[in-house]
Amino acid sequence: MFSEFLINTWIAGSVVAVVAGLVGFFVVLRGSSFLAHALPHGAFAGAAGATLLGLDPILGMGVFAVGGALTVSTLGRRGRNDVVTALALVVMLASGALFLSLGSQYSAEVFALLFGQILGVSSAELLPILALGAVCVVAVVVAYRPLLLASVLPEQAAARGISTFGLSVFFAVLVGLATTMSVPVVGALLMFSLLVGPPAAARLFSADPLRAIPLSIGFALVIVWASIAAAYLSSLPVGFFVTLGSAILYGAGRGWFAIAARRPAAA
Amino acid sequence: MSVFFASGLVQLALLVGTLVAAVAALVGVFTVLRRQSFAGHALADLGAVGGSAAFLLGIPQLVGFVGAGILAAGVMEVVGIKRVQGRDVATGIVFGLGLGLTALFLYLDTQHAGTSNAAISVLFGSLFAIDAGVVPLVAALSVVVCLIVVVFYRWFLLESLSQDLAAVRHIPVRLTGILFLVALALAVELSALTIGAVLSTALLIAPAAAALRLTRRVGFAILIAIGIGVGSTWLGILISFESYGWLGGAHSWPVSFCIVIVAFAAYLLSGIAVPVRARRSRVAHVL
Repeated sequence: MFSEFLINTWIAGSVVAVVAGLVGFFVVLRGSSFLAHALPHGAFAGAAGATLLGLDPILGMGVFAVGGALTVSTLGRRGRNDVVTALALVVMLASGALFLSLGSQYSAEVFALLFGQILGVSSAELLPILALGAVCVVAVVVAYRPLLLASVLPEQAAARGISTFGLSVFFAVLVGLATTMSVPVVGALLMFSLLVGPPAAARLFSADPLRAIPLSIGFALVIVWASIAAAYLSSLPVGFFVTLGSAILYGAGRGWFAIAARRPAAA
Repeated sequence: MSVFFASGLVQLALLVGTLVAAVAALVGVFTVLRRQSFAGHALADLGAVGGSAAFLLGIPQLVGFVGAGILAAGVMEVVGIKRVQGRDVATGIVFGLGLGLTALFLYLDTQHAGTSNAAISVLFGSLFAIDAGVVPLVAALSVVVCLIVVVFYRWFLLESLSQDLAAVRHIPVRLTGILFLVALALAVELSALTIGAVLSTALLIAPAAAALRLTRRVGFAILIAIGIGVGSTWLGILISFESYGWLGGAHSWPVSFCIVIVAFAAYLLSGIAVPVRARRSRVAHVL
């Protein structure tokens, strides 16, 4: 399980988990689950398009995910956000389907892009994943305070001279980047679950961001590690275990607190 | 053009496409009014669980889609997340799990059931690959959705605009919510059959959102949305049919892609009308 050809997967998976736990915290805080669901689809289209043109898939994913992020955040400013997000999502997915059909890929490759595979990470792919991961972490650390304020109290942030629109564009691009690096491992349709599950569970345990963020990263790491191991042992798709892990974790957290909340009330 | 209409495949595609687009646009207007785009999309993706399981069980794909969609609507109602508004974490988790199950079923489909194109077919659909035997079921379900909307039109309208107002008028708000969710699930799963589970949101949202930018009157909006939806479907089918050999490939463009792009173009075009109307009526636009 820890042999040569899986080492890259363990490293890439861990980086993805750290970034997902960190960025995901703000996704849950800002209530942008739908955005986090939509952008990976853009990455899928980008990967398919780049393969068609013979380019590096990660380049295509970056361009499409960031482009999608900019489209959603600028169009969503004037129009209705959920409508724009939904439409951007389907247009990107449909483009992905077009690129794939033009390129006559095997459906196994489509499947890997959508649902992830653990054997897909080569040494050449590892470097961009690490670099993008570092960029995401640095971006969150630098913009931590304004991002937090604008997410929780948008009016107050605006009063302090923070551009909430600028920040929402910044955040959308951040989610786009986090998505780009994760698609080769977790898959376009399922990255979303890693962005929402661990942070949502972490926020059940602590409202303090400085505690919830490490907890969220920890949860994400455990889920990814367990999923890689399970996928290796069972040879089922890794994305299935990631979503299952997220759901179990969140469900267990909700259940635990539902019981805990009932006890003092009864006493 | 005469080749186009003479083809049996095209006739079937046009028939099913028209029914489905009309139903999706009808329900879509209320979905946009209620800001439930995310719920609509979640139902579509959860329907894919059924669609992918159908291959394993050897039942028709539409039955799988509709079964899973109704089940998912029930779960969403029970968990109390019918007004999702794109914000609810619980929907996100449930629906993430649904996608994970889809991944599992699709994987098993390719491994054991020997249907290597299950992934493409469930997720992206194809109007040209529809079995003629499914038409009566599609028609029946379309009629059911239309009946629900027509019979409960007043309830839906009032409850979508203001829950409080609806409650004051003695409209059973919760029942209305459930009825709407059932209609939504049926409409979404029907469009999942034609343009694929992950793309069905396009037929649901794009025509309705475009229509609601053109008019404020819901009745008109429904008619316009149906027009845009059916028009997009027909144009998309035509483009796909004619596109063989474009860009050099020996393929025609996927019909789902063509429909989605035309519907999206209609939405973008409707944006031009908004400033004109706002200037005329001096009403701030929210759409």
